[in-house]
Amino acid sequence: MTFSPELEARFEKFLNKYPAARKRSAMIPMLIYAQDEVGSMTDELIGEIAKRVGVTPLQVNEVLTYYSMLHRKPMGKYHVQICTNISCLLVGGEELWDKACHKLGIGHKQVTADGRISLEEVECIGACSWAPAIQVNYDFYHDVTMAQLEKLIDGLAVGKRPEEIAELVKVNS
Amino acid sequence: MLYNQPDPLEVRILSKRFGMPDSHTIETYLATDGYKALEKALGMTQDEIVNEVKASGLRGRGGAGFPTGMKWSFVPRQSPKPKYIMVNADESEPGTCKDRLLIEYDPHQMIEGILIAGLAVGAQQGYIYIRGEYRYLIDIVDRAIDEAYARGYLGDNILGRGVRFHLTTHSGAGAYECGEESALLESFEGKRGIPRIRPPFPAVAGVYQSPTVLNNVETFCSVPPIILHGGAYFAGLGTPKNGGTRLFCLSGHINKPGVYELPMGFNLMRMINEVGGGMRNGKKLKAVIPGGSSCPVLKADECDLAMDFDTLAAAKSMLGSGGVVVMDEDTCMVKAALRIMRFYAHESCGWCIPCREGTTWLRKLLTRFHEGMGQRSDIVLIGDLARNMLGRTFCPLGDAAALPTISIVEKFEEEFVAHLNGEPCPYDKSSRLVAA
Repeated sequence: MTFSPELEARFEKFLNKYPAARKRSAMIPMLIYAQDEVGSMTDELIGEIAKRVGVTPLQVNEVLTYYSMLHRKPMGKYHVQICTNISCLLVGGEELWDKACHKLGIGHKQVTADGRISLEEVECIGACSWAPAIQVNYDFYHDVTMAQLEKLIDGLAVGKRPEEIAELVKVNS
Repeated sequence: MLYNQPDPLEVRILSKRFGMPDSHTIETYLATDGYKALEKALGMTQDEIVNEVKASGLRGRGGAGFPTGMKWSFVPRQSPKPKYIMVNADESEPGTCKDRLLIEYDPHQMIEGILIAGLAVGAQQGYIYIRGEYRYLIDIVDRAIDEAYARGYLGDNILGRGVRFHLTTHSGAGAYECGEESALLESFEGKRGIPRIRPPFPAVAGVYQSPTVLNNVETFCSVPPIILHGGAYFAGLGTPKNGGTRLFCLSGHINKPGVYELPMGFNLMRMINEVGGGMRNGKKLKAVIPGGSSCPVLKADECDLAMDFDTLAAAKSMLGSGGVVVMDEDTCMVKAALRIMRFYAHESCGWCIPCREGTTWLRKLLTRFHEGMGQRSDIVLIGDLARNMLGRTFCPLGDAAALPTISIVEKFEEEFVAHLNGEPCPYDKSSRLVAA
């Protein structure tokens, strides 16, 4: 299985972070960065990572099924994660989640037919003081209003990138 | 960009660089006393460093509040195995968003704290386990680590003093349970994040079964000011046995939610009314979760207290991780209990049956209750089920799920009774059915 030169360089760095007999420590970081490039945990990817860290594919599968960010099926190009945990719940996170589901006609960990957008109702993402908060892929958006969420969903659905959608300000650089 | 404006009541020790231009760079750090504590520590013995941290009264900022200096002193001096420093940056306790800022705005402060911990116990390798969702922070820390290597603060011969320390980041992949120290260690080794039986504790058998100092980000960030200004100075900022300041994360129904650095022992009502700008829309306070979702809730009339570990313990709650969640009079406490339980049922790793089954059944019971299909006997059942989880699991997740539930069902029984009329939640007209 071939990866981009950037990912290969990252893998090499990961495998050198841990003592020689402890390559398995690199497994989870390798899986999550590989998923970013490949799209999901394919059988081929599982086999390749297993080989590189010196375990069986079954052992990789056993591990990846534990972690909520690792998916056996591809998510959308834009994976919209809406927090409804306690701090977000108190200030409208659940309403944002319901609106997103309703607008797109999809639910938790489902993908739109064109593969552009997927939704996930996530647990606390660490933005409680700036709730309600969402993440699109790895980018954080704080103090999200219903109007902003609707613009985001509408914009993504017609092919815009998040940064092209007015009023939506990514907080992390 | 600061996510919230600082407050004049803050005592900014750990957050003093927040808002400075390029506060994340080594240039800004060095221009503001950065790495001076390391230089001082390089001239101290291991005992001197540990004793300074003991004198500071610093207690673990991840939630348990264990005295940090004592934890460090448990690491055996002589060890045939290498020793490690492990940083818990798997911040995921609902209500808590402080480590994010400490890493984003001032990664070198954390790195310096890690280095000093390394000197204190004789470790030469550190790892920073960062939750996978915080990808941009991994990039920030990686850049900061590169800067530290380039300036000789990390490497085989730190500042030419013959000391060796290497540091690197490690990404998680989405699991609350991995913020629990032993599950974190399992996850770090490339396994499912299930807890280990203790003892032995990580100080004796942590990373790769080797002696390990494992602390929260904020704990490490507290170390440079302690070494630089002295343990007595840090202790003097807080209350007896609760040294220093901590970053409180105010969220919920208040006018000025945000992360604020306040002295340990700061009064909770002042935190809400003065720092937090009071209740939103002039509503009345109903309840507060004082330290993240694992803590028993306080009723409004219980909130006039000092926010330190011992006062909260005396009030039968916990200071926890600093996540202060404020709820107003319109909040449905059954719904709050349900949402918290949905979280724990989702995050239970399944290793211990009382937690796996207990959280799942409590989620089902609370869902049924919130939808107006509960029975009076369920009120007793919810409390009994939760109490039967206490102390029966390898890690604290079982207790973390049970404690807030017990407190809500005991303190707000009348709200449970109000759900008994066969109607959906009387507080929340738009409630939706959650498949149980």
